[in-house]
Amino acid sequence: MNLELITLPFIVGWMAASVRLATPILLAALGETFTERGGVLNLGLEGIMLMGALSGFVGAYATGNLWAGVLAAMITGILMGLLMGFFSVTAKVNQVVAGLGITILGSGLSTLLFRLFFGLRTIPPTIDMFPELPVPLLSRIPILGEVLFKQNILVYLTFILVAVAQVVLFRSRFGLALRSVGERPDAADTRGIDVARMRYIGLFIGGALAAVGGAYLPLANLGIFWTQMTAGRGFIAIAIVIFSRWNPLRGLWGALFFGATLALQLSLQTLRLPVPSELLLMLPYIVTIIALVIVSRRAEFPGAFATPYTRSGE
Amino acid sequence: MTATSQEVSTRPQINWKAIWRNVYQAGLSVLAALLIGALLLLLNGRNPVDAFASLWAGAFGSVDRFAETLVKATPLLMIAISVSISFRCQIWNIGAEGQIILGAIVSTWVALTFKNLPLVLLLPLTFLGGLLGGMSWSLIAGLLKAYAQANEVITTSMLNYIAIYLLAYVVHGPMMDPQGFNFPQSPLIADALILPRLIPGTRLNISFLVALIMVALTVVFWRTTLGLRTEIVGHSHRVAKQIGLKVALMIALVTGMSGALAGIAGWGEIFGLHYRLIEEIARGIGSLGIVVALLGELHPLGMLVSAFFFAALVTGGNAMERNAGVPFALVDVIQGCVILLILARSYFFRKAAK
Repeated sequence: MNLELITLPFIVGWMAASVRLATPILLAALGETFTERGGVLNLGLEGIMLMGALSGFVGAYATGNLWAGVLAAMITGILMGLLMGFFSVTAKVNQVVAGLGITILGSGLSTLLFRLFFGLRTIPPTIDMFPELPVPLLSRIPILGEVLFKQNILVYLTFILVAVAQVVLFRSRFGLALRSVGERPDAADTRGIDVARMRYIGLFIGGALAAVGGAYLPLANLGIFWTQMTAGRGFIAIAIVIFSRWNPLRGLWGALFFGATLALQLSLQTLRLPVPSELLLMLPYIVTIIALVIVSRRAEFPGAFATPYTRSGE
Repeated sequence: MTATSQEVSTRPQINWKAIWRNVYQAGLSVLAALLIGALLLLLNGRNPVDAFASLWAGAFGSVDRFAETLVKATPLLMIAISVSISFRCQIWNIGAEGQIILGAIVSTWVALTFKNLPLVLLLPLTFLGGLLGGMSWSLIAGLLKAYAQANEVITTSMLNYIAIYLLAYVVHGPMMDPQGFNFPQSPLIADALILPRLIPGTRLNISFLVALIMVALTVVFWRTTLGLRTEIVGHSHRVAKQIGLKVALMIALVTGMSGALAGIAGWGEIFGLHYRLIEEIARGIGSLGIVVALLGELHPLGMLVSAFFFAALVTGGNAMERNAGVPFALVDVIQGCVILLILARSYFFRKAAK
């Protein structure tokens, strides 16, 4: 074991990787925060992220434009969010089972479409990724500049989005309406708020952001697509939403924490620790369970969490 | 949810009308899912008739193919029963994949470690190992749900990934076959432990009968006090508490039982089919087992039919990929569509009735 490899550049590299790896999970978690604040649990996140990864990759591959990939992912995510809306809001079926269905559908459909578009190849198709975009001046700050301001554009946009989400959710009429629909749909209804419409909007936002989070993997992190490439990130994002108690800003810290465990596992592998890599790969999943256990007891779920709303007398 | 909101009563009246309605609606859902699959192929410029003909031949074309369909149905049936027990208690255990893996690891380990024990003792021990392996894995999620309110969908899905890496670790490390040229697999189990074949020349073996026995036992289980209590807890925690049930304990117990059954599926795959631990032991069958359970309305006999249907789809899907060049993932898409259509149908039929 080479402990002398743990130097400042090693730690800075690890922290920068944490930010990079946190971003896709953060995007999905931000979106799910809106969905759940509206009172809907979307367990289809994993499937939506996979479909986002696929459509992002295909969009970028076909047009040669990465933003077209982002747009394609967003549209796919919105459609899948609305599909979840049909089940949870309109048909009022069990949201856990509907979410599972969406996840299984998304994972199968992304695999199938990839095979239909690209066939079986020995060398996987690749795309150019969003390049590193150092922020002038800020990127020259020692350590912090390296960690925060030498990232790709999607990372910056996601961090800005955290602030926007925080304001929209807690300082706007829309945010108030969304939260009231998630807490007391009956009260919101009597005040003339369209419960179903607000919940659809929550799922719309959630689907769009989760899909872009999925698309981040091929577009900004790996440059290729492979089946099941999200590897549970959708479920981890849901854990982060609970962990952050439905607050975007706390979600940022949660996502960074998970990004750090994902990156730690990669960094530790370079250290050639006498620990098998398979055991290091378990780390983020174990951490998710532990974190969930610590927070779940005192988590205050939205009042009407995962409960369909039917006006009394209907 | 329609599938779990059956009336709680000790002596269910057989309601033929309701059964017919369920069968008819499930059949329509499946048909619609197959049509969606065909449409996807058409859009891609492939001939869906060829694809489905190849699928049909692959599943039922010969005694051999038919036996292979039953081979595939075996773990699906076991997993579906495992899933149905927790789902009927409103515990959303999606960790079958991890529980199968643990059942496979522990039962193989028992077979390889205690190989000097007499067969009459060793074979039941391996079975017990599979059962306990699966149970221990689901109990983690069960206890965390019961006593720390940790959402079981997340814990069980995380435990799936942990189990996948654990399996990769043991077949690359401590359990790797020393004479296996570094292939990621364990040594073979002793010949005497291999489950006897039911039809010579095919892979159909005793574990299929074990699955059928499980179905029968589950039919009985739902009529026992414990089965009834399971459904009451699923119905309402409040009611369960009012009649004096220990809800947390029940949750842990039900989750444990559910995992034990999935562990047995892992045992069956090792001792009936692969004879050694390999990385692909549970690939894909975990989520498919959930779909089988839901299509079967969480009812043992319903699941018997739907396990058979999906097994045919899987066996046929493999043949379809080989012979017609249509990706197997089509079967995965059909799975997702089946769940969603099953869910949607109560909505559509309610609309139609108005």
